[in-house]
Amino acid sequence: MNILTYLIPISLLLGGVGLLGFIYTIRSNQYDDPEGDSRRILNDEWDDHPKP
Amino acid sequence: MADAARPSIAACPACSAAPSAEALAERDVAVRDARIALSLPTIHCSACIAKVERALAAYPGVHEARVNLTLKRAQVDAAPEVMPQDLIAALDAIGYEAHELDPGTIAATQTDKAGRDLLMRLAVAGFAAMNVMLLSISVWSGAADATRDMFHWISAAITLPTIAFSGQPFFRNAWAALRHGQLNMDVPITLAIVLAVITSLWETSLSGAHAYFDAALALTFFLLAGRYLDHRTRAIARSAAEELAALEVPRAMVIRDGAEVQLPVAEVAVGDIVAVRPGGRMPVDGEIVSGTSELDRSLLTGETVPVFAAPGQAVSAGEVNLTGPLQVRATAVGAETSLHRMADLVAIAESGRSRYTSLADRAAKLYAPGVHILSALSFLGWFLYTWDVRTALNIAAAVLIITCPCALGLAVPAVTTAASGRLFKRGMLIKHSTALERLAAVDTVVFDKTGTLTEGTPELTNMGSHARADLQIALALAEASAHPLSRALAQAARGAGITPAKVTDLTEVPGYGTQGLWQGLRVRLGRASWVEAPHATVETAAWLSVEGRAPQAFTFSDRLRPGADEAVRALMDAGKRVILISGDSTQAVEALAARLGITDWLAEALPDDKLSRIEQLSQEGRNVLMVGDGLNDTAALAAAHVSISPATALDAARVASDIVLLGGDLSPIAQALDTARAATRRIRENFRIATAYNIIAVPLAVAGLATPLIAALAMSASSITVSLNALRLR
Repeated sequence: MNILTYLIPISLLLGGVGLLGFIYTIRSNQYDDPEGDSRRILNDEWDDHPKP
Repeated sequence: MADAARPSIAACPACSAAPSAEALAERDVAVRDARIALSLPTIHCSACIAKVERALAAYPGVHEARVNLTLKRAQVDAAPEVMPQDLIAALDAIGYEAHELDPGTIAATQTDKAGRDLLMRLAVAGFAAMNVMLLSISVWSGAADATRDMFHWISAAITLPTIAFSGQPFFRNAWAALRHGQLNMDVPITLAIVLAVITSLWETSLSGAHAYFDAALALTFFLLAGRYLDHRTRAIARSAAEELAALEVPRAMVIRDGAEVQLPVAEVAVGDIVAVRPGGRMPVDGEIVSGTSELDRSLLTGETVPVFAAPGQAVSAGEVNLTGPLQVRATAVGAETSLHRMADLVAIAESGRSRYTSLADRAAKLYAPGVHILSALSFLGWFLYTWDVRTALNIAAAVLIITCPCALGLAVPAVTTAASGRLFKRGMLIKHSTALERLAAVDTVVFDKTGTLTEGTPELTNMGSHARADLQIALALAEASAHPLSRALAQAARGAGITPAKVTDLTEVPGYGTQGLWQGLRVRLGRASWVEAPHATVETAAWLSVEGRAPQAFTFSDRLRPGADEAVRALMDAGKRVILISGDSTQAVEALAARLGITDWLAEALPDDKLSRIEQLSQEGRNVLMVGDGLNDTAALAAAHVSISPATALDAARVASDIVLLGGDLSPIAQALDTARAATRRIRENFRIATAYNIIAVPLAVAGLATPLIAALAMSASSITVSLNALRLR
């Protein structure tokens, strides 16, 4: 059962990384235009280099 | 000004005397750049985004353009010399319809802070609930002694801060209700969460077997999900409603020092002379000082026949100037105008509507006291039976958790989100949160005529009764004017293959009509009094006179709005009573009623008549749906059980109504009634499902047989069933 000493912190850490990632997406306005973003990804205009 | 308002960036006092080049450049950009917001109702695909952005970016002076497909809007950063009209023209050239939006009005919708806040709390609650559920499953599958205690303590460490953060919306609402001596849904929620956490902590400290940390978190998570759905539905409706308001950029041409200056309407002062172009809407109440024209007051009174306007006559904000340029001295501006006073009346009438209690509130009224009494009784019963506070408190907490209003909290928002999404796709915007429920109860539909059942644009009715030569003269005269009747005449004649006669010396006499010379004879097309015609027709008419002959009338009727016929027929087929009430003349109303097969109609109704008719119907116990667009309808719209107005309606009317019809088509109204009824049925079903779960689980809890596992199963299963049931809505 000693393995729990590592596994519980690891599971919490991984979950926390996911939570921080989600908070980052909220902070950077990534839910403002869900429909447009899902279409933009199919557009090949900025495939070679990012939009300046 | 910008210089003074800007805080100094320099670190030392001496430096601030000479602002750095960087700061200067930055300020220049801030001053120079104008933000232009455009509404793009027709974009729908990824190619559209790229095309629009490329066209806008290629326009000289535009720094950056970004399209938001969800909101169907474009934000443009551009130099101040770039005018929105130019961009609209540029987009029109590549085939996209665009309208200017007032950036001040839509600024509020840019960042939806409250929504983001809820989403954040939801995310934290979801994260914590997942982790605690993992630990709880280990406990349920047999962890014992020290391991169980450790799992419980870790759960507590995760749960306490999460509840403190994520539960805040419920705690705040519950406190607000309790302070006013009332009970709402949030009181039992708060009590359940707090009691669950306290008993679990107590149990854990005593190495007990049952802790409800996972239940407290799951409760918070599901309820927050319901709140978020609810908020989103409302935010979408609000942003669309604000966009409609932002479409009317209120500006006025004011004459100052002999020159015309374009000013925001808010800056016009009483006594200013305002110029109103033909086709423009009166921005203020006032008195005409120069110019003659005709006024279209259909939005205010419902009359379709234009009114003659000459110096000295009073005009009200909202009237449309038709033919000649007018100069108006402002007598009332802004909130003092009759238009705004009317809107204030609406606000008063609207407060009456809050008497309606939604299904959710009615459920809460039954539910909240019931739950408290049940849980208190089980506490008391077990305490008297065992004389053990710990057992009694444990059971009371289990009862509160099991009767959790999760399913109740999700029952309504899940359905309304699904239903308003469906209706939005068909072009209906639900503005009010209980509008769907009220719409479902409708048994009487009252329509306004002008602008609602009809488009407010005239249509020539008696082309067959004129000689070809006369039509040719009339066409030539009509094409020289932008008056709606002239345009309708010209369109009809062109459509019939008539070519204009050779008429020379064409002049338009604003307020009267157009005249010219045809084969040496004077010909006129215009008002009856001007061409010396007998006042024989009551219908809207333009008269053609050829020198030496009696004048002839071209009569017009209002064109039907698309879908009006279908909507009225579908409503009648569904057994609704359909009534037509209009401020227009008896003959016009009777003709339209006959055309649509409406037997119940009322003409020449004043706003008060409309209101009293609606009130009378309500007193007869009928639930009235009012569909109207004009200022004369606003009081009736606000008084009706539920109301709909088209997007072309006056601002005040749109504010007063619960639902806005975004397209020009009326046919979605009948479907909306069906959808609303289906939605209400689903809500009731959801309540029944939630009750069924309670009926099974509550006896277990009261008997002291409930374990955290049963609580978790009952809670998740009921929430998921309710959400799935909501999605069945077609």
